[in-house]
Amino acid sequence: MGRLRGRLAPYLMILPAGLWLAVFFAVPLIMMVSLSLQEGNLIDGFRQTFHWQNYTEGLSTYGDKFVRSLWYGLLATVVCIAIAYPVSYWIAFYGGHRKSFYLFLVLLPFFVSFILRTVSWKFVLADNGIVLGTLKNWGLLPQDFHVLQTSFAVIAGLSYNFLPFMVLPIYVALERVDPRLIEAAQDLYAGRAQAFLRVVLPLSLPGVFAGVIMTFVPVSADYVNAAILGGPQHTMIGNVIQTEYFNHNNYPTASALSFTLMAILLVGIFLYARLLGTRDVLEAAAR
Amino acid sequence: MSRRPNPGDPAFLRGLTRPRLRGPVTGRRDVLRLLGATGAGLALAACGVEGQGGKQNVTQSDVQKYWEGKTKNGVLNWANWPGYMEEDRATLKAFTKATGIKVNYQEVIQENAEWFGKIEAPLRAGQSIDFDLMVMTNGLQLEKLRQLGYLAPLDHSKLPNFAENAGESFKNPSYDPGNTFTVPFMAGITGIAYNTKYVKEEITSIASLWDPKYKGKIGMMADSQELGNFGMFAIGVDPEKSTPDDWRKAAAKLREQKDLVRKYYNQDYADAIAKGDVWITMAWSGDVYSLGLEDVRFVVPEEGGTLWTDNMCIPKTAANPVDAIMLMDWLYDPRANAGLTEYINYITPVPAVQEIVKQDAAKAKGEKKADLERLASSPLVFPTERDLAKLRRYRVLTTAEESEYQKIFTPIAQGA
Repeated sequence: MGRLRGRLAPYLMILPAGLWLAVFFAVPLIMMVSLSLQEGNLIDGFRQTFHWQNYTEGLSTYGDKFVRSLWYGLLATVVCIAIAYPVSYWIAFYGGHRKSFYLFLVLLPFFVSFILRTVSWKFVLADNGIVLGTLKNWGLLPQDFHVLQTSFAVIAGLSYNFLPFMVLPIYVALERVDPRLIEAAQDLYAGRAQAFLRVVLPLSLPGVFAGVIMTFVPVSADYVNAAILGGPQHTMIGNVIQTEYFNHNNYPTASALSFTLMAILLVGIFLYARLLGTRDVLEAAAR
Repeated sequence: MSRRPNPGDPAFLRGLTRPRLRGPVTGRRDVLRLLGATGAGLALAACGVEGQGGKQNVTQSDVQKYWEGKTKNGVLNWANWPGYMEEDRATLKAFTKATGIKVNYQEVIQENAEWFGKIEAPLRAGQSIDFDLMVMTNGLQLEKLRQLGYLAPLDHSKLPNFAENAGESFKNPSYDPGNTFTVPFMAGITGIAYNTKYVKEEITSIASLWDPKYKGKIGMMADSQELGNFGMFAIGVDPEKSTPDDWRKAAAKLREQKDLVRKYYNQDYADAIAKGDVWITMAWSGDVYSLGLEDVRFVVPEEGGTLWTDNMCIPKTAANPVDAIMLMDWLYDPRANAGLTEYINYITPVPAVQEIVKQDAAKAKGEKKADLERLASSPLVFPTERDLAKLRRYRVLTTAEESEYQKIFTPIAQGA
């Protein structure tokens, strides 16, 4: 009996997580695949047809939205790295005993709803609002200049909203860098730049990698920023999926589009991991 | 399969997970077998869904069966659109005073399609949506609610005020024959609003929405019916009599405009025109009237505008339907309706209100008097029969037509 229990122990330990994954990930995923291969409408019902046309039609109608989403995702991720890396570096090496306070400041926006924060940008950046209106009154900007409903506004909104997801993993990676390694590099006649490029940067890459996954994936699928800050030329694939699902009750097409997006992102992430030559970076980042 | 399994239905989840609980898991192979069983269960579950349509025809006995044993509970949850009730909720307070029913009023509906998307799944599963009364426009989604049997059939013996006071054009409408499921809340006109601070000409034609002069300052609506209607007006077609061929031509016309349009709006166009983010936009009559801005003017373009009706209806799963139908009827008392009309400035389905507004104006003083006089004589709030003749209605679409219609018009608001 005792031996049986011993053999069961690992399975029992994995059971909660396994059930969680099965119920909240595997089941919905399989239902989504099945739904994406159906045809019909709400009134007459949906039939399982096992035809792929939802995928081909989705890609041909909305292919440009996929490209745009990935492009915006990429730009916002790059912006996030550019802002987050120096911030994390400063907190990790110069934060002193106030480190946790600075990290708290980074997380502070999370205490206000994501939607609310995005909507308030709409007020701040209104064509004749407090910023642009004032600058226009001073004659510093032409009357028809606007920020809202431009791709700049969408990418800025995305970067703003997902920045903390980039700061935290990079900070964790940098925090683990032993300052004595930098001293050792300098003892071996490395300049400051060289010590950074050859010691600190490689050691922090797993953090950057984790940050990229945590921002690029949700940013590419986001629809809130494009809906609030963008115009018709800035629709992302998330908006299309949301409209197809909620507004047109076209569940099969919405599922097919979601699945396509997921596949593209997964392939992208694996390619990225390969290119970086760090197959075990995820593991390293989790350590 | 008779019923679509709902992923959120506890019984369905139990059914899926039961094999797991039958015996202890002893080896990797069993785990795989369980996974296989789950897969098979899903394959069975996913073999399609039968249609639920055709429930719009109800008989007197259906009505009786629904209302049998239902009683007044003293509370009512009402889902409505923003701007459809006085800020101080005076009408609701008066209702509570008259009937003792407490109203929990929420402005949760921004767009018909989006709202329908939210309530569709719980209604399909026969679950409560936590609202007893909601307001929907006479469009595609209301038609779906009717056909799918998601609405409570109204017991007209409980609606004496409606029978007595509703205007003739609001009774027995084509979108809900016999007022089986709905009674109108308010009606309004879709036309053009423009800000005279930036637009230095008088706007009379829908063509101004295609004027390159206003590039980046033009607003259109995202709703595919509203948008489609304006596309059809622009090519000189009456939406009510349009054919799929007209739809394609209208869509092509709307695509020409794509680069000029700042955004395809839901409710937020009113905010945008007030702030000057757009200068000229598709708009709803009452919104513009309520903005009360001197610079923002509303016109019904000479090509035509649309007349729509927002309707009160009761979801079938409502917990307090008796309270809801009492409110419906109470709003058809002209005195009760007058205060609301004076605030929201849409077309009231109770014509007797105009007399009351005139009387109120005679009693009022100063600014309030001018406001009420303006209202009583406003063609936007009390349109004449001649005005009404200029307006067109939404086309009622069959299920097959709808999917074609959506395919043609929805990508436009998505920028495609």
